[in-house]
Amino acid sequence: MEKQLQQLKEEALVKIQEATSVKELNDVRVAYLGKKGPITDLLKGMGKLPAEERPKMGALVNVVRESVTESLEARMALLEEEAINAQLANEAIDVTLPGRPAPTGNHHPLTRVVEEIEDFFISMGYEIAEGPEVEKDYYNFEALNLPKGHPARDMQDSFYISEDVLLRTHTSPVQARTMEAKGGEAIKIICPGKVYRRDNDDATHSHQFTQIEGLVVGENIRMSDLKGTLDLFAKKMFGEEREIRLRPSFFPFTEPSVEMDISCFKCGGDGCNVCKKTGWIEILGAGMVHPNVLQMAGYDPTAVTGFAFGMGPERIAMLKYGVEDIRHFYTNDTRFISQFHRTEA
Amino acid sequence: MLVSTKWLNEYVNINGIKPEVLAEKITRSGIEVDSIIDRSHGMTNVVVGYVKECVKHPEADKLNICQVDVGDEVTQIICGAPNIAAGQKVIVARTGAILPGDFKIKKAKLRGEESNGMICSLQELGIEGKHVAKAYAEGIYVLPNDALVGADALPLLGLDDTILELDLTPNRSDALSMLGVAYEVAAILSQGIALPSINYKESNEKASDVLKLRVEATKDNPMYVAKVVKNVKIGESPLWLQNYLMAAGVRPHNNVVDITNYVLMEYGQPLHAFDYDRLKTGEIVVRHAIEGERITTLDDADRTLNTHNLVITNGEEPVALAGVMGGANSEVHEGTTTVVIESAYFAPSSVRQTSKEVGLRSDASTRFEKGVDPNRVQEAAERAAQLMAEIAGGEVLAGSVVFDELDKTPVQITVSPDYINNRLGMKISMDEMLTILERLRIPTQAINGKLVIDAPTRRQDLRIKEDIIEEIARMHGYDEIPKTLPVTESKPGGLTPYQAKRRIVRQFLEGAGLLQAITYSLTSKEQSQAYALETAPVTELLMPMSEDRAILRQSLIPHMLEAATYNVARRIDSVSIYETGSVFLGVEEDGLPREVEHVAAVLTGKWVDNAWQGETKKVDFFVLKGIIEGMMDRLGMSASLSFEQASLEGMHPGRTASILLNGENIGMVGQIHPTEQKKRDLKETYVMEINLEKVLSTNTDELLYVPVPRYPSMSRDIALVVSTDTSAGTLETIIRQAGGKLLKDVKLFDLYEGDNVEDGKKSIAFSLTYFDPERTLTDEEVVKAHDKVLNALTEADAQLRG
Repeated sequence: MEKQLQQLKEEALVKIQEATSVKELNDVRVAYLGKKGPITDLLKGMGKLPAEERPKMGALVNVVRESVTESLEARMALLEEEAINAQLANEAIDVTLPGRPAPTGNHHPLTRVVEEIEDFFISMGYEIAEGPEVEKDYYNFEALNLPKGHPARDMQDSFYISEDVLLRTHTSPVQARTMEAKGGEAIKIICPGKVYRRDNDDATHSHQFTQIEGLVVGENIRMSDLKGTLDLFAKKMFGEEREIRLRPSFFPFTEPSVEMDISCFKCGGDGCNVCKKTGWIEILGAGMVHPNVLQMAGYDPTAVTGFAFGMGPERIAMLKYGVEDIRHFYTNDTRFISQFHRTEA
Repeated sequence: MLVSTKWLNEYVNINGIKPEVLAEKITRSGIEVDSIIDRSHGMTNVVVGYVKECVKHPEADKLNICQVDVGDEVTQIICGAPNIAAGQKVIVARTGAILPGDFKIKKAKLRGEESNGMICSLQELGIEGKHVAKAYAEGIYVLPNDALVGADALPLLGLDDTILELDLTPNRSDALSMLGVAYEVAAILSQGIALPSINYKESNEKASDVLKLRVEATKDNPMYVAKVVKNVKIGESPLWLQNYLMAAGVRPHNNVVDITNYVLMEYGQPLHAFDYDRLKTGEIVVRHAIEGERITTLDDADRTLNTHNLVITNGEEPVALAGVMGGANSEVHEGTTTVVIESAYFAPSSVRQTSKEVGLRSDASTRFEKGVDPNRVQEAAERAAQLMAEIAGGEVLAGSVVFDELDKTPVQITVSPDYINNRLGMKISMDEMLTILERLRIPTQAINGKLVIDAPTRRQDLRIKEDIIEEIARMHGYDEIPKTLPVTESKPGGLTPYQAKRRIVRQFLEGAGLLQAITYSLTSKEQSQAYALETAPVTELLMPMSEDRAILRQSLIPHMLEAATYNVARRIDSVSIYETGSVFLGVEEDGLPREVEHVAAVLTGKWVDNAWQGETKKVDFFVLKGIIEGMMDRLGMSASLSFEQASLEGMHPGRTASILLNGENIGMVGQIHPTEQKKRDLKETYVMEINLEKVLSTNTDELLYVPVPRYPSMSRDIALVVSTDTSAGTLETIIRQAGGKLLKDVKLFDLYEGDNVEDGKKSIAFSLTYFDPERTLTDEEVVKAHDKVLNALTEADAQLRG
């Protein structure tokens, strides 16, 4: 019986090694270790053995069974791994094939610039004020210290609807309306929007364009506050290392009036084609709100002061992204707009 | 304003200051220097030559062979100018010279004849043709006889000069004159200023003996000064005068006209010279024109006048359009001997109106429009008289003929140093302020700790305290202003709910794959009302620049379709764009149109384009509808949203829906009409437009958490055969109504027409979900609810399929 057992073991081990699939191996398991298998039969036949031989034989059967089981499991692990490997090999794909595109739309570059500016000023406690694009002459000009016949009206030839109504030439009328509505309260607003001027469309002119203006009115608002605010803005928008400088200028609604240059963000101030070799780039106009403007909106110019500034998102976008022709912003060529989908820096 | 630094140097010492440095100082303190123009253009080897001999070229009709003395030699130069002649002093660019435009002068042979240089016109030296005196406009320039042969021609022609081109803001009309610029530069450099000294001999005869003056329009002409100069000899001006005029961008004519232009440039006071004899009457009457009255101006244009045009007359007929242009009938000419010099103050508004009406903007009108210095009207006339005596040999009659009701008192401004410092956020001492004002030659007294200022009339821009703040700040330097932040009540900034939701709409649409477009608000008459969501009168421009930009849009779609066509024409077949913007409807009580913000989208071409995986899908109605549904869901409004078959102009009659919010029409979605597609060179194209303002100003319910289901839901599918004109929406409504409160969701999952389905019928299948948040539903409960649904459908003529 011992001999028989050894033979069974040899036989089983050979069969195990010969099995080439999980299924075959399972058949081997059933054949040798199953309820109807020879080893079980042997165990069943133990009763016929003399009592003194039983423990020895029992131990022997167990050793054989363990040995077969061990071999079986080892072989099973190997075959399973092979099976998985075969399946994985079968499932392999060409990872260099293009991915399934996710839907991608994005902001128009002007909206991108406008929102960036809005967000900066919101973080500084400003609100966004909006107003009509078709405006009364009063709010567009007169309330801004530009009475009828004022020479500065030449600067912005306008699209009139009637004698008293026109397409706004700047977003300043929103400031005038806000001041009038606030009735003497302190103000901190940003006014973005579309504006219109009688210009022939060319590389640097557009009869429709965008403007963002800002207005702060309150007690003891000083020119230094304007300078500090614009300095922070310039650094946020164009980089921490930017310097600003103010140059005297003229706007009818501010006095004193200035223009703000920033040190060139391309060359850092050494002079290049972006800054036309000057090291400086003109970015915006600003000034202290003219007393007449405050007065007309119902503020007491001896008690409150204010500052205002205005800039063109088109110009900023052109400078930032190197766009050479303002018409690109209004042609809506998707090859142009879709370039502005990604983050900067 | 073109400022010759050479000319400027006559009033303020700028020797030794590089033009770039001077320009930077001027720019930084208030007047922008737009460009710096080197009039020499780096030219060398340009000398005075004497044409000793000039004969026709034997081989060429238009060429002359000249023997020219250039100082150190006599050399042969071929010249093609029509006005070349022996005995002339001319400008010679010698061999080796480089003229503007990198034009190198080399030895050459012209039809076999050697040429050692070039005899030049002024244009060849970089002077614009329109600034060259007419006599030399078509040929070479002939120098005066006293020019020294062989000498460098550049200083002689004033080309050893640098021009600063000033970009003047409207308030700084004081710098529309050399003296005005001199005041500014003297202040910047803390320098003295040399004003012209005016002295000349008057004749015994009085101007008032020969000329009568009557001003009728005293409001538009509060001051008029006339001087009379006899025995002038009209001729070419001396070279220095012509040079200055050309540098200032003015064409020389003759000495008398040149003098008036010179004084205009020097003082900023426009002058006019009349031929006394041509005036005929010995009288000047200033009045408004009679309706329909005519004048031929110096540019030979015949002009019909209105009653508000101010004219200078001889008592009978107009001889000049006041402040704008002289009349041809009184023009100074070669034979003129007696000249009337006019120096006047014409009201800015009057000149502006007339100049605009007749479409004439001259050096004179631009200055009058901005208001000339009342205190220099007389002085400018004296200056011109002096120069006419000196240059044109005239005899100036004694005195002037004057009408004067012009207020010449300076504006007085009182301001305290504290007021100035508080507004600047600085601490400038009173002493420094006084120094700055002294540099600017603004008469100031310190009285009781305040600055009491008599603003000079040449500085019309100084009116109020803030103007003085600007003077102090710009001279002190804006770099000195510290950087602070406003100290205001601290309030958080932010977007209004409307603005925040508008950003969400944009983000959603972009997330769905649409690019944001921005199109023009102005459109053509044909397009202005196309695709408008409501009918309203249009808003038209009074004076459009073109027919394409004449009226404000009432829909965003037409220009977005144009954008689609633009892209498709460039082989970008698939376009998905959206825009948010205003449309302009009717007229409100306040006279303004009603501006309503809309959102619109245009989709054409492929929606899914993943060709290698065999996945491509054209844009269709349901793509766009799905985007709208998603957007409205994002805004919390999907429950209030519905679509209704609609028939709209320009749209496909079977593929268009109105969009309703709580039953109110807020927009539309659909395919544009195939004829419209063809017209615009587009394939199947879908559009939508929604009244965004209505959507964003509709309040949504609070967002409250609904417990996550703890009990399972049960689903039942229904397959129906219905008539093809029964809409899915109708069936869904029937199901929802019949399903009761246990029915949580209805989803259409199959739609089929064709084989195996009767003609005129379609097969449609829904999946229904039943659910009770409180417990697990029993089969019987579901059967009961579901039977109600089936009954309702059967009653509605829907046929159940096994």
